[in-house]
Amino acid sequence: MNEASAVFPREVHWEGDGTHRIPFLAYTSDELHKRELERFFYKGHWCYVGLEAEIPNPGDYQRTAVGERSVIMVRDAGGAINVLENVCAHRGMRFCRERHGNRKEFVCPYHQWSYTLKGDLQGVPFRRGVKQDGQVHGGMPADFKTADHGLTRLKVATRGGVVFASFDADVESFEDYLGPAILGYFDRLFNGRKLTILGYNRQRIPGNWKLMQENIKDPYHPGLLHTWFVTFGLWRADNKSQLKMDGRHRHAAMISTRGQAGNAEEVTQVSSFKASMQLNDASFLDIVPEPWWGGPTAVMTTIFPSVILQQQVNSVSTRHIQPNGHGSFDFVWTHFGFEDDSDEMTQRRLRQANLFGPAGFVSADDGEVIEFSQQAFESKPFHRALAELGGHEVENTEHMVTETLIRGMYRYWREVMEA
Amino acid sequence: MSTNLTFEDWLALTQLYADYAAAVDSGDWDLWPEFFTDPCVYRLQPRENHERGFPLATLSFTSKGMLKDRAYGIKETLFHDPYYQRHVVGAPVVRSAENGRFTCEANYAVFRTKLSDASTVFNVGRYLDTVVRTPAGLKFASRECIYDSEMIPNSIIYPI
Repeated sequence: MNEASAVFPREVHWEGDGTHRIPFLAYTSDELHKRELERFFYKGHWCYVGLEAEIPNPGDYQRTAVGERSVIMVRDAGGAINVLENVCAHRGMRFCRERHGNRKEFVCPYHQWSYTLKGDLQGVPFRRGVKQDGQVHGGMPADFKTADHGLTRLKVATRGGVVFASFDADVESFEDYLGPAILGYFDRLFNGRKLTILGYNRQRIPGNWKLMQENIKDPYHPGLLHTWFVTFGLWRADNKSQLKMDGRHRHAAMISTRGQAGNAEEVTQVSSFKASMQLNDASFLDIVPEPWWGGPTAVMTTIFPSVILQQQVNSVSTRHIQPNGHGSFDFVWTHFGFEDDSDEMTQRRLRQANLFGPAGFVSADDGEVIEFSQQAFESKPFHRALAELGGHEVENTEHMVTETLIRGMYRYWREVMEA
Repeated sequence: MSTNLTFEDWLALTQLYADYAAAVDSGDWDLWPEFFTDPCVYRLQPRENHERGFPLATLSFTSKGMLKDRAYGIKETLFHDPYYQRHVVGAPVVRSAENGRFTCEANYAVFRTKLSDASTVFNVGRYLDTVVRTPAGLKFASRECIYDSEMIPNSIIYPI
Protein backbone atom coordinates (compact mmCIF):
# COMPACT_ATOMS: atom_id res chain seq x y z
CA MET A 1 0.00 0.00 0.00
CA ASN A 2 3.02 2.31 0.29
CA GLU A 3 3.78 2.24 -3.41
CA ALA A 4 4.63 5.65 -4.77
CA SER A 5 1.91 6.94 -7.07
CA ALA A 6 2.99 7.82 -10.59
CA VAL A 7 0.17 10.33 -11.04
CA PHE A 8 -0.17 11.75 -7.53
CA PRO A 9 3.35 12.05 -6.11
CA ARG A 10 3.87 13.15 -2.51
CA GLU A 11 7.29 14.68 -3.00
CA VAL A 12 8.15 17.55 -5.29
CA HIS A 13 10.58 16.59 -8.03
CA TRP A 14 12.50 19.34 -9.84
CA GLU A 15 13.73 18.34 -13.30
CA GLY A 16 17.05 19.63 -14.58
CA ASP A 17 19.47 22.11 -13.10
CA GLY A 18 17.52 24.78 -11.29
CA THR A 19 14.00 26.09 -11.43
CA HIS A 20 13.16 26.23 -15.12
CA ARG A 21 10.75 23.30 -14.82
CA ILE A 22 8.19 23.89 -12.10
CA PRO A 23 6.41 20.82 -10.72
CA PHE A 24 2.62 21.03 -10.85
CA LEU A 25 2.62 19.63 -7.32
CA ALA A 26 3.91 23.01 -6.09
CA TYR A 27 0.44 24.36 -6.96
CA THR A 28 -1.72 21.46 -5.81
CA SER A 29 -0.37 20.14 -2.50
CA ASP A 30 -2.16 21.15 0.71
CA GLU A 31 0.91 20.18 2.67
CA LEU A 32 3.15 22.50 0.66
CA HIS A 33 0.55 25.25 0.85
CA LYS A 34 0.61 25.12 4.64
CA ARG A 35 4.39 25.21 4.60
CA GLU A 36 4.24 28.26 2.32
CA LEU A 37 1.85 30.03 4.68
CA GLU A 38 4.13 29.30 7.59
CA ARG A 39 7.43 30.13 5.94
CA PHE A 40 6.44 32.99 3.61
CA PHE A 41 3.36 34.65 5.06
CA TYR A 42 3.86 34.12 8.81
CA LYS A 43 7.62 34.11 9.28
CA GLY A 44 10.58 36.11 8.02
CA HIS A 45 8.56 38.18 5.55
CA TRP A 46 6.67 41.45 5.45
CA CYS A 47 3.12 41.24 4.15
CA TYR A 48 1.06 44.10 2.73
CA VAL A 49 -1.95 45.07 4.85
CA GLY A 50 -3.13 48.40 3.42
CA LEU A 51 -2.61 52.11 2.93
CA GLU A 52 -2.42 54.72 5.67
CA ALA A 53 -4.98 56.79 3.75
CA GLU A 54 -7.56 54.08 4.46
CA ILE A 55 -7.41 54.93 8.17
CA PRO A 56 -6.66 58.67 8.34
CA ASN A 57 -8.13 59.42 11.79
CA PRO A 58 -7.52 58.07 15.31
CA GLY A 59 -9.81 55.08 15.86
CA ASP A 60 -10.18 54.31 12.14
CA TYR A 61 -9.71 50.66 11.38
CA GLN A 62 -9.74 48.37 8.38
CA ARG A 63 -10.09 44.59 8.53
CA THR A 64 -7.68 42.89 6.15
CA ALA A 65 -5.57 39.72 5.96
CA VAL A 66 -2.05 38.37 6.24
CA GLY A 67 -1.99 35.07 4.39
CA GLU A 68 -5.14 33.30 5.59
CA ARG A 69 -5.20 35.06 8.99
CA SER A 70 -7.62 37.93 9.57
CA VAL A 71 -5.99 41.09 10.94
CA ILE A 72 -7.14 44.59 11.81
CA MET A 73 -5.15 47.65 10.77
CA VAL A 74 -6.03 50.44 13.21
CA ARG A 75 -4.82 53.94 14.02
CA ASP A 76 -4.66 54.53 17.76
CA ALA A 77 -5.30 57.73 19.73
CA GLY A 78 -1.65 58.74 19.39
CA GLY A 79 -1.81 58.38 15.60
CA ALA A 80 0.32 55.23 15.44
CA ILE A 81 -0.74 52.30 13.26
CA ASN A 82 -1.21 48.93 14.91
CA VAL A 83 -1.94 45.64 13.22
CA LEU A 84 -3.77 43.18 15.47
CA GLU A 85 -4.88 39.64 14.81
CA ASN A 86 -8.65 39.32 14.70
CA VAL A 87 -8.79 36.50 17.24
CA CYS A 88 -10.15 37.09 20.75
CA ALA A 89 -7.73 35.95 23.45
CA HIS A 90 -10.57 34.23 25.30
CA ARG A 91 -12.47 31.85 23.02
CA GLY A 92 -10.66 32.62 19.80
CA MET A 93 -13.56 34.29 18.10
CA ARG A 94 -12.89 36.32 14.95
CA PHE A 95 -14.67 39.20 16.63
CA CYS A 96 -14.32 42.07 14.17
CA ARG A 97 -17.01 41.61 11.54
CA GLU A 98 -17.27 45.06 9.92
CA ARG A 99 -14.66 45.69 7.25
CA HIS A 100 -13.97 49.24 8.32
CA GLY A 101 -15.09 51.79 10.87
CA ASN A 102 -14.02 53.87 13.84
CA ARG A 103 -13.73 52.59 17.41
CA LYS A 104 -12.34 53.68 20.75
CA GLU A 105 -11.77 50.05 21.71
CA PHE A 106 -12.42 46.56 20.39
CA VAL A 107 -14.95 44.44 22.23
CA CYS A 108 -15.56 40.78 21.49
CA PRO A 109 -19.36 40.37 21.60
CA TYR A 110 -19.21 36.79 22.94
CA HIS A 111 -18.11 37.60 26.53
CA GLN A 112 -17.40 41.33 26.24
CA TRP A 113 -13.66 41.09 26.57
CA SER A 114 -12.39 44.50 25.58
CA TYR A 115 -9.08 45.59 24.09
CA THR A 116 -7.35 48.89 23.51
CA LEU A 117 -6.48 49.92 19.97
CA LYS A 118 -2.96 48.68 20.72
CA GLY A 119 -4.39 45.23 21.42
CA ASP A 120 -4.01 45.26 25.23
CA LEU A 121 -6.70 43.45 27.18
CA GLN A 122 -8.38 46.06 29.38
CA GLY A 123 -11.59 44.53 30.63
CA VAL A 124 -12.88 41.05 31.52
CA PRO A 125 -16.48 40.86 32.81
CA PHE A 126 -16.86 39.11 36.21
CA ARG A 127 -13.11 39.07 36.61
CA ARG A 128 -13.57 39.44 40.40
CA GLY A 129 -16.59 37.17 40.47
CA VAL A 130 -20.11 37.94 41.60
CA LYS A 131 -21.01 38.88 45.17
CA GLN A 132 -24.05 37.05 46.49
CA ASP A 133 -25.15 36.74 50.12
CA GLY A 134 -21.84 38.14 51.32
CA GLN A 135 -19.85 35.62 49.33
CA VAL A 136 -17.84 36.01 46.10
CA HIS A 137 -18.60 33.42 43.50
CA GLY A 138 -16.43 32.57 40.54
CA GLY A 139 -14.23 35.08 38.80
CA MET A 140 -10.86 34.64 37.20
CA PRO A 141 -8.09 33.02 39.25
CA ALA A 142 -5.89 35.34 41.31
CA ASP A 143 -2.93 34.73 39.02
CA PHE A 144 -4.83 35.81 35.90
CA LYS A 145 -3.03 38.79 34.41
CA THR A 146 -4.65 40.86 31.68
CA ALA A 147 -1.15 41.70 30.43
CA ASP A 148 -0.72 38.06 29.37
CA HIS A 149 -3.86 38.02 27.24
CA GLY A 150 -3.74 40.79 24.70
CA LEU A 151 -4.50 40.36 21.02
CA THR A 152 -1.64 39.11 18.90
CA ARG A 153 0.10 42.24 17.75
CA LEU A 154 2.11 42.21 14.54
CA LYS A 155 5.27 44.10 13.83
CA VAL A 156 4.44 47.07 11.61
CA ALA A 157 6.41 48.93 8.95
CA THR A 158 5.09 51.99 7.17
CA ARG A 159 6.78 53.68 4.27
CA GLY A 160 5.41 56.25 1.85
CA GLY A 161 1.90 55.70 3.18
CA VAL A 162 1.94 51.93 2.72
CA VAL A 163 1.53 49.57 5.67
CA PHE A 164 3.23 46.19 5.93
CA ALA A 165 3.07 43.81 8.88
CA SER A 166 4.74 40.64 10.09
CA PHE A 167 3.88 38.02 12.68
CA ASP A 168 7.64 37.55 13.06
CA ALA A 169 9.16 39.87 15.68
CA ASP A 170 12.63 39.02 14.35
CA VAL A 171 11.96 39.91 10.74
CA GLU A 172 14.62 42.09 9.11
CA SER A 173 13.86 45.77 8.48
CA PHE A 174 11.41 46.50 5.66
CA GLU A 175 14.14 48.34 3.78
CA ASP A 176 16.51 45.36 3.99
CA TYR A 177 13.65 43.08 3.05
CA LEU A 178 13.05 44.92 -0.23
CA GLY A 179 16.72 45.51 -0.99
CA PRO A 180 18.04 48.71 -2.60
CA ALA A 181 16.90 48.10 -6.21
CA ILE A 182 13.29 47.27 -5.41
CA LEU A 183 13.16 49.89 -2.66
CA GLY A 184 14.04 52.45 -5.33
CA TYR A 185 10.98 51.51 -7.40
CA PHE A 186 8.83 51.41 -4.26
CA ASP A 187 9.92 54.95 -3.37
CA ARG A 188 9.36 56.12 -6.96
CA LEU A 189 5.63 55.30 -6.61
CA PHE A 190 5.25 56.15 -2.92
CA ASN A 191 7.42 59.24 -2.81
CA GLY A 192 5.90 60.83 0.29
CA ARG A 193 2.85 62.49 -1.23
CA LYS A 194 -0.36 61.72 0.60
CA LEU A 195 -2.47 59.12 -1.15
CA THR A 196 -6.18 59.39 -1.88
CA ILE A 197 -8.26 56.23 -2.05
CA LEU A 198 -10.26 55.88 -5.29
CA GLY A 199 -11.87 52.54 -4.39
CA TYR A 200 -11.73 48.77 -4.50
CA ASN A 201 -12.26 45.81 -6.76
CA ARG A 202 -12.43 42.30 -5.32
CA GLN A 203 -12.21 39.06 -7.22
CA ARG A 204 -11.79 35.41 -6.23
CA ILE A 205 -9.50 33.58 -8.60
CA PRO A 206 -9.64 29.77 -8.52
CA GLY A 207 -5.92 29.19 -8.85
CA ASN A 208 -2.83 28.92 -6.68
CA TRP A 209 -1.69 32.30 -5.32
CA LYS A 210 1.82 31.97 -6.79
CA LEU A 211 0.37 32.05 -10.29
CA MET A 212 -0.50 35.71 -9.81
CA GLN A 213 3.05 36.54 -8.72
CA GLU A 214 4.26 34.64 -11.78
CA ASN A 215 1.83 36.45 -14.06
CA ILE A 216 3.37 39.78 -13.07
CA LYS A 217 6.91 38.37 -13.31
CA ASP A 218 6.20 37.22 -16.86
CA PRO A 219 6.81 39.90 -19.51
CA TYR A 220 6.39 37.23 -22.24
CA HIS A 221 2.57 37.10 -22.14
CA PRO A 222 1.35 40.74 -22.22
CA GLY A 223 2.27 41.23 -25.85
CA LEU A 224 0.58 37.96 -26.79
CA LEU A 225 -2.44 37.41 -24.55
CA HIS A 226 -3.38 41.06 -24.17
CA THR A 227 -4.36 42.17 -27.67
CA TRP A 228 -5.31 45.53 -26.27
CA PHE A 229 -1.80 46.22 -24.99
CA VAL A 230 -0.19 45.23 -28.24
CA THR A 231 -2.44 47.15 -30.57
CA PHE A 232 -2.21 50.40 -28.70
CA GLY A 233 1.50 50.18 -28.07
CA LEU A 234 1.29 49.95 -24.30
CA TRP A 235 3.35 46.78 -24.37
CA ARG A 236 5.50 46.15 -27.38
CA ALA A 237 8.55 44.13 -28.24
CA ASP A 238 10.42 47.32 -29.03
CA ASN A 239 9.62 48.83 -25.66
CA LYS A 240 12.75 49.73 -23.79
CA SER A 241 12.56 47.48 -20.78
CA GLN A 242 14.41 46.14 -17.81
CA LEU A 243 13.81 43.30 -15.40
CA LYS A 244 15.31 43.74 -11.96
CA MET A 245 15.29 41.60 -8.82
CA ASP A 246 16.37 41.95 -5.22
CA GLY A 247 19.47 40.03 -4.14
CA ARG A 248 17.42 36.98 -3.19
CA HIS A 249 15.29 37.02 -6.39
CA ARG A 250 11.99 37.05 -4.54
CA HIS A 251 10.84 40.54 -5.50
CA ALA A 252 11.02 42.02 -8.97
CA ALA A 253 10.31 45.08 -11.05
CA MET A 254 9.29 44.94 -14.71
CA ILE A 255 10.16 48.36 -16.09
CA SER A 256 8.94 49.39 -19.50
CA THR A 257 8.94 52.55 -21.58
CA ARG A 258 6.32 52.80 -24.26
CA GLY A 259 7.87 52.51 -27.75
CA GLN A 260 7.53 55.64 -29.86
CA ALA A 261 9.09 54.74 -33.18
CA GLY A 262 7.90 52.56 -36.02
CA ASN A 263 4.67 51.02 -37.11
CA ALA A 264 3.30 48.95 -34.27
CA GLU A 265 2.66 46.02 -36.61
CA GLU A 266 6.25 45.82 -37.83
CA VAL A 267 7.67 45.62 -34.37
CA THR A 268 5.16 43.39 -32.68
CA GLN A 269 4.96 40.53 -35.18
CA VAL A 270 2.40 38.68 -33.19
CA SER A 271 -0.91 37.32 -34.32
CA SER A 272 -2.85 39.08 -31.61
CA PHE A 273 -2.05 42.44 -33.20
CA LYS A 274 -5.11 43.83 -34.94
CA ALA A 275 -4.13 46.50 -37.44
CA SER A 276 -7.73 47.48 -38.16
CA MET A 277 -8.64 48.02 -34.54
CA GLN A 278 -9.59 51.61 -33.84
CA LEU A 279 -11.09 52.95 -30.68
CA ASN A 280 -14.44 54.67 -31.04
CA ASP A 281 -13.54 56.66 -27.95
CA ALA A 282 -9.84 57.43 -27.59
CA SER A 283 -10.23 58.78 -24.07
CA PHE A 284 -9.42 55.28 -22.71
CA LEU A 285 -5.85 56.10 -23.72
CA ASP A 286 -5.66 59.75 -22.73
CA ILE A 287 -2.20 59.28 -21.27
CA VAL A 288 -0.43 62.24 -19.69
CA PRO A 289 3.16 61.66 -18.52
CA GLU A 290 3.81 62.57 -14.88
CA PRO A 291 7.08 64.00 -13.57
CA TRP A 292 7.50 61.28 -10.94
CA TRP A 293 7.66 58.55 -13.60
CA GLY A 294 11.23 59.62 -14.40
CA GLY A 295 10.99 57.92 -17.81
CA PRO A 296 9.32 54.52 -17.57
CA THR A 297 5.65 54.42 -18.58
CA ALA A 298 4.96 51.19 -16.68
CA VAL A 299 6.58 49.63 -13.63
CA MET A 300 5.03 46.47 -12.23
CA THR A 301 6.59 45.53 -8.90
CA THR A 302 6.03 42.14 -7.31
CA ILE A 303 6.68 42.11 -3.58
CA PHE A 304 6.82 38.53 -2.44
CA PRO A 305 4.58 37.00 -1.28
CA SER A 306 1.63 39.31 -0.78
CA VAL A 307 1.32 42.26 -3.12
CA ILE A 308 1.78 43.69 -6.59
CA LEU A 309 2.32 47.41 -7.07
CA GLN A 310 0.91 48.65 -10.34
CA GLN A 311 1.89 51.68 -12.33
CA GLN A 312 0.54 51.34 -15.86
CA VAL A 313 0.69 54.81 -17.35
CA ASN A 314 -1.67 56.93 -15.19
CA SER A 315 -3.34 54.02 -13.42
CA VAL A 316 -1.84 53.12 -10.04
CA SER A 317 -3.01 50.46 -7.62
CA THR A 318 -2.00 47.88 -5.07
CA ARG A 319 -3.14 44.32 -5.70
CA HIS A 320 -3.29 42.30 -2.50
CA ILE A 321 -3.00 38.50 -2.65
CA GLN A 322 -5.03 36.73 0.08
CA PRO A 323 -4.81 32.94 -0.33
CA ASN A 324 -7.62 30.63 0.65
CA GLY A 325 -6.35 27.09 0.27
CA HIS A 326 -3.88 25.86 -2.35
CA GLY A 327 -6.29 26.34 -5.24
CA SER A 328 -7.81 29.78 -4.71
CA PHE A 329 -6.99 33.31 -3.65
CA ASP A 330 -8.78 36.60 -3.23
CA PHE A 331 -7.29 39.44 -5.21
CA VAL A 332 -8.08 42.88 -3.80
CA TRP A 333 -7.32 45.94 -5.91
CA THR A 334 -6.99 49.30 -4.20
CA HIS A 335 -6.84 52.11 -6.75
CA PHE A 336 -5.45 55.39 -5.48
CA GLY A 337 -4.26 58.80 -6.54
CA PHE A 338 -2.17 61.55 -4.97
CA GLU A 339 -3.18 64.58 -2.96
CA ASP A 340 -1.89 66.96 -5.62
CA ASP A 341 -3.84 65.37 -8.49
CA SER A 342 -6.03 67.74 -10.48
CA ASP A 343 -9.63 66.72 -11.09
CA GLU A 344 -8.63 65.92 -14.66
CA MET A 345 -5.90 63.58 -13.44
CA THR A 346 -8.31 61.84 -11.05
CA GLN A 347 -10.78 61.33 -13.91
CA ARG A 348 -7.93 60.04 -16.09
CA ARG A 349 -6.85 57.50 -13.46
CA LEU A 350 -10.45 56.33 -13.10
CA ARG A 351 -10.92 56.04 -16.87
CA GLN A 352 -7.71 54.08 -17.31
CA ALA A 353 -8.89 51.77 -14.50
CA ASN A 354 -11.18 50.28 -17.19
CA LEU A 355 -8.09 48.49 -18.48
CA PHE A 356 -7.43 46.76 -15.16
CA GLY A 357 -9.26 44.76 -12.53
CA PRO A 358 -11.64 41.81 -12.78
CA ALA A 359 -13.39 43.16 -15.89
CA GLY A 360 -10.46 45.12 -17.33
CA PHE A 361 -9.64 45.14 -21.02
CA VAL A 362 -6.22 43.67 -20.23
CA SER A 363 -6.48 42.13 -16.75
CA ALA A 364 -9.62 40.00 -16.95
CA ASP A 365 -7.81 37.47 -19.10
CA ASP A 366 -5.03 37.03 -16.51
CA GLY A 367 -7.49 35.58 -14.01
CA GLU A 368 -8.91 33.32 -16.70
CA VAL A 369 -5.56 31.80 -17.72
CA ILE A 370 -4.65 31.23 -14.06
CA GLU A 371 -7.89 29.29 -13.55
CA PHE A 372 -7.24 27.08 -16.57
CA SER A 373 -3.65 26.35 -15.55
CA GLN A 374 -4.83 25.30 -12.10
CA GLN A 375 -7.42 22.96 -13.65
CA ALA A 376 -4.69 21.08 -15.49
CA PHE A 377 -2.30 21.08 -12.51
CA GLU A 378 -4.93 19.34 -10.39
CA SER A 379 -5.48 16.64 -12.98
CA LYS A 380 -1.84 15.59 -13.43
CA PRO A 381 0.28 16.79 -10.51
CA PHE A 382 3.21 14.56 -11.61
CA HIS A 383 3.85 16.90 -14.56
CA ARG A 384 5.66 20.25 -14.67
CA ALA A 385 5.45 23.68 -16.32
CA LEU A 386 8.26 25.21 -18.38
CA ALA A 387 9.90 28.55 -17.73
CA GLU A 388 12.84 28.37 -20.14
CA LEU A 389 12.48 31.51 -22.22
CA GLY A 390 15.86 33.19 -22.00
CA GLY A 391 17.56 30.01 -20.74
CA HIS A 392 17.92 28.38 -17.34
CA GLU A 393 19.61 31.22 -15.52
CA VAL A 394 18.41 33.81 -13.04
CA GLU A 395 19.65 37.27 -13.95
CA ASN A 396 18.55 40.87 -14.40
CA THR A 397 18.03 41.75 -18.05
CA GLU A 398 17.66 44.73 -20.36
CA HIS A 399 14.90 43.05 -22.39
CA MET A 400 11.64 41.26 -21.76
CA VAL A 401 12.07 38.10 -23.83
CA THR A 402 12.74 35.97 -20.79
CA GLU A 403 11.11 34.15 -17.89
CA THR A 404 14.05 34.83 -15.62
CA LEU A 405 11.94 36.43 -12.88
CA ILE A 406 9.83 33.28 -12.50
CA ARG A 407 12.97 31.17 -12.27
CA GLY A 408 14.28 33.62 -9.69
CA MET A 409 11.16 33.38 -7.55
CA TYR A 410 11.38 29.59 -7.54
CA ARG A 411 15.07 29.64 -6.73
CA TYR A 412 14.08 31.58 -3.61
CA TRP A 413 11.08 29.30 -3.03
CA ARG A 414 13.37 26.28 -3.02
CA GLU A 415 15.85 27.95 -0.66
CA VAL A 416 13.11 28.58 1.89
CA MET A 417 10.92 25.53 1.38
CA GLU A 418 13.74 22.99 1.28
CA ALA A 419 15.61 24.45 4.25
CA MET B 1 -44.47 55.36 -7.26
CA SER B 2 -44.44 58.70 -8.97
CA THR B 3 -47.97 59.99 -9.55
CA ASN B 4 -47.44 61.64 -12.92
CA LEU B 5 -46.52 58.39 -14.63
CA THR B 6 -48.92 57.43 -17.41
CA PHE B 7 -49.82 53.89 -18.32
CA GLU B 8 -48.06 54.35 -21.66
CA ASP B 9 -44.87 55.47 -19.86
CA TRP B 10 -45.02 52.48 -17.56
CA LEU B 11 -45.53 50.11 -20.47
CA ALA B 12 -42.60 51.63 -22.37
CA LEU B 13 -40.34 51.52 -19.30
CA THR B 14 -41.06 47.89 -18.46
CA GLN B 15 -40.56 47.03 -22.12
CA LEU B 16 -37.18 48.81 -22.08
CA TYR B 17 -36.09 46.81 -19.03
CA ALA B 18 -37.20 43.54 -20.57
CA ASP B 19 -35.58 44.35 -23.91
CA TYR B 20 -32.27 45.26 -22.23
CA ALA B 21 -32.20 41.98 -20.30
CA ALA B 22 -32.98 40.02 -23.43
CA ALA B 23 -30.25 41.87 -25.36
CA VAL B 24 -27.45 41.33 -22.85
CA ASP B 25 -28.36 37.64 -22.59
CA SER B 26 -28.54 37.18 -26.36
CA GLY B 27 -24.83 36.95 -27.12
CA ASP B 28 -25.18 39.70 -29.74
CA TRP B 29 -23.06 42.33 -28.00
CA ASP B 30 -23.66 44.99 -30.65
CA LEU B 31 -27.23 45.34 -29.43
CA TRP B 32 -26.08 46.65 -26.06
CA PRO B 33 -24.77 50.18 -26.92
CA GLU B 34 -28.01 50.97 -28.74
CA PHE B 35 -29.90 51.13 -25.46
CA PHE B 36 -27.97 54.28 -24.50
CA THR B 37 -27.90 57.95 -25.42
CA ASP B 38 -24.64 59.57 -26.50
CA PRO B 39 -23.08 60.75 -24.24
CA CYS B 40 -24.24 58.37 -21.54
CA VAL B 41 -23.12 56.81 -18.29
CA TYR B 42 -22.66 53.09 -17.80
CA ARG B 43 -21.07 51.99 -14.56
CA LEU B 44 -20.57 48.61 -12.96
CA GLN B 45 -19.63 49.42 -9.39
CA PRO B 46 -19.22 47.48 -6.14
CA ARG B 47 -21.77 48.52 -3.54
CA GLU B 48 -18.86 49.14 -1.16
CA ASN B 49 -17.46 51.92 -3.36
CA HIS B 50 -20.91 53.37 -4.03
CA GLU B 51 -21.85 53.61 -0.35
CA ARG B 52 -18.48 54.86 0.85
CA GLY B 53 -18.30 57.55 -1.82
CA PHE B 54 -15.31 56.05 -3.64
CA PRO B 55 -15.48 56.90 -7.34
CA LEU B 56 -13.80 53.73 -8.67
CA ALA B 57 -16.00 51.45 -10.75
CA THR B 58 -15.18 48.01 -12.11
CA LEU B 59 -16.21 49.41 -15.49
CA SER B 60 -17.01 53.06 -16.16
CA PHE B 61 -18.01 54.34 -19.59
CA THR B 62 -19.19 57.80 -20.58
CA SER B 63 -20.00 57.53 -24.28
CA LYS B 64 -21.69 55.19 -26.71
CA GLY B 65 -18.28 54.88 -28.37
CA MET B 66 -16.83 53.39 -25.19
CA LEU B 67 -19.68 50.89 -25.08
CA LYS B 68 -18.93 49.93 -28.68
CA ASP B 69 -15.26 49.55 -27.78
CA ARG B 70 -16.26 47.23 -24.95
CA ALA B 71 -18.46 45.17 -27.29
CA TYR B 72 -15.50 44.91 -29.68
CA GLY B 73 -13.23 43.91 -26.78
CA ILE B 74 -15.62 41.13 -25.78
CA LYS B 75 -15.73 39.81 -29.32
CA GLU B 76 -12.14 40.28 -30.41
CA THR B 77 -9.57 41.04 -27.75
CA LEU B 78 -10.55 39.61 -24.35
CA PHE B 79 -9.59 35.99 -23.87
CA HIS B 80 -12.11 34.29 -21.61
CA ASP B 81 -13.96 31.10 -20.92
CA PRO B 82 -17.17 31.04 -22.94
CA TYR B 83 -20.29 31.33 -20.81
CA TYR B 84 -23.99 32.03 -21.00
CA GLN B 85 -25.53 34.65 -18.77
CA ARG B 86 -29.15 35.04 -17.74
CA HIS B 87 -30.59 38.18 -16.20
CA VAL B 88 -33.61 38.16 -13.93
CA VAL B 89 -34.72 41.77 -13.44
CA GLY B 90 -37.40 43.00 -11.07
CA ALA B 91 -40.08 45.54 -11.93
CA PRO B 92 -38.65 49.07 -11.87
CA VAL B 93 -39.36 51.43 -9.01
CA VAL B 94 -39.98 54.82 -10.59
CA ARG B 95 -38.68 57.58 -8.33
CA SER B 96 -39.55 60.48 -10.58
CA ALA B 97 -41.08 61.12 -13.97
CA GLU B 98 -40.85 64.61 -15.44
CA ASN B 99 -40.64 65.97 -18.97
CA GLY B 100 -39.78 62.64 -20.52
CA ARG B 101 -37.09 61.92 -17.95
CA PHE B 102 -37.45 59.02 -15.52
CA THR B 103 -35.30 58.04 -12.58
CA CYS B 104 -35.83 54.39 -11.72
CA GLU B 105 -34.30 51.48 -9.89
CA ALA B 106 -34.61 47.73 -10.33
CA ASN B 107 -33.14 44.69 -8.64
CA TYR B 108 -31.23 42.23 -10.79
CA ALA B 109 -29.64 38.81 -10.50
CA VAL B 110 -27.37 37.39 -13.16
CA PHE B 111 -26.69 33.67 -13.41
CA ARG B 112 -23.66 32.31 -15.21
CA THR B 113 -23.46 28.95 -16.93
CA LYS B 114 -20.11 27.73 -18.16
CA LEU B 115 -19.87 24.87 -20.62
CA SER B 116 -19.97 21.44 -18.94
CA ASP B 117 -20.71 23.14 -15.63
CA ALA B 118 -23.57 24.01 -13.29
CA SER B 119 -25.39 27.35 -13.35
CA THR B 120 -24.27 29.66 -10.53
CA VAL B 121 -25.22 33.05 -9.15
CA PHE B 122 -22.81 35.42 -10.85
CA ASN B 123 -23.65 39.01 -9.95
CA VAL B 124 -26.47 40.45 -7.84
CA GLY B 125 -27.38 44.07 -7.37
CA ARG B 126 -29.60 46.88 -8.48
CA TYR B 127 -29.75 49.23 -11.41
CA LEU B 128 -29.87 52.97 -10.72
CA ASP B 129 -31.12 54.48 -13.94
CA THR B 130 -31.97 57.68 -15.70
CA VAL B 131 -34.15 57.01 -18.74
CA VAL B 132 -34.98 59.68 -21.30
CA ARG B 133 -37.49 59.86 -24.11
CA THR B 134 -35.84 60.27 -27.53
CA PRO B 135 -37.16 60.17 -31.10
CA ALA B 136 -35.89 56.57 -31.18
CA GLY B 137 -37.83 55.64 -28.03
CA LEU B 138 -36.73 55.41 -24.40
CA LYS B 139 -32.95 55.22 -23.85
CA PHE B 140 -30.69 55.05 -20.84
CA ALA B 141 -28.92 58.34 -20.24
CA SER B 142 -27.38 56.61 -17.25
CA ARG B 143 -27.32 53.03 -16.01
CA GLU B 144 -25.36 52.25 -12.86
CA CYS B 145 -25.16 48.58 -11.88
CA ILE B 146 -24.43 48.63 -8.14
CA TYR B 147 -23.59 45.07 -7.17
CA ASP B 148 -23.81 43.45 -3.75
CA SER B 149 -21.67 40.47 -4.78
CA GLU B 150 -18.54 40.79 -2.66
CA MET B 151 -16.29 38.61 -4.78
CA ILE B 152 -16.37 38.59 -8.54
CA PRO B 153 -16.01 34.92 -9.49
CA ASN B 154 -12.75 35.47 -11.36
CA SER B 155 -13.89 37.86 -14.08
CA ILE B 156 -16.77 39.73 -15.66
CA ILE B 157 -16.61 39.90 -19.44
CA TYR B 158 -20.13 40.51 -20.74
CA PRO B 159 -22.28 43.56 -19.92
CA ILE B 160 -24.51 43.40 -16.86
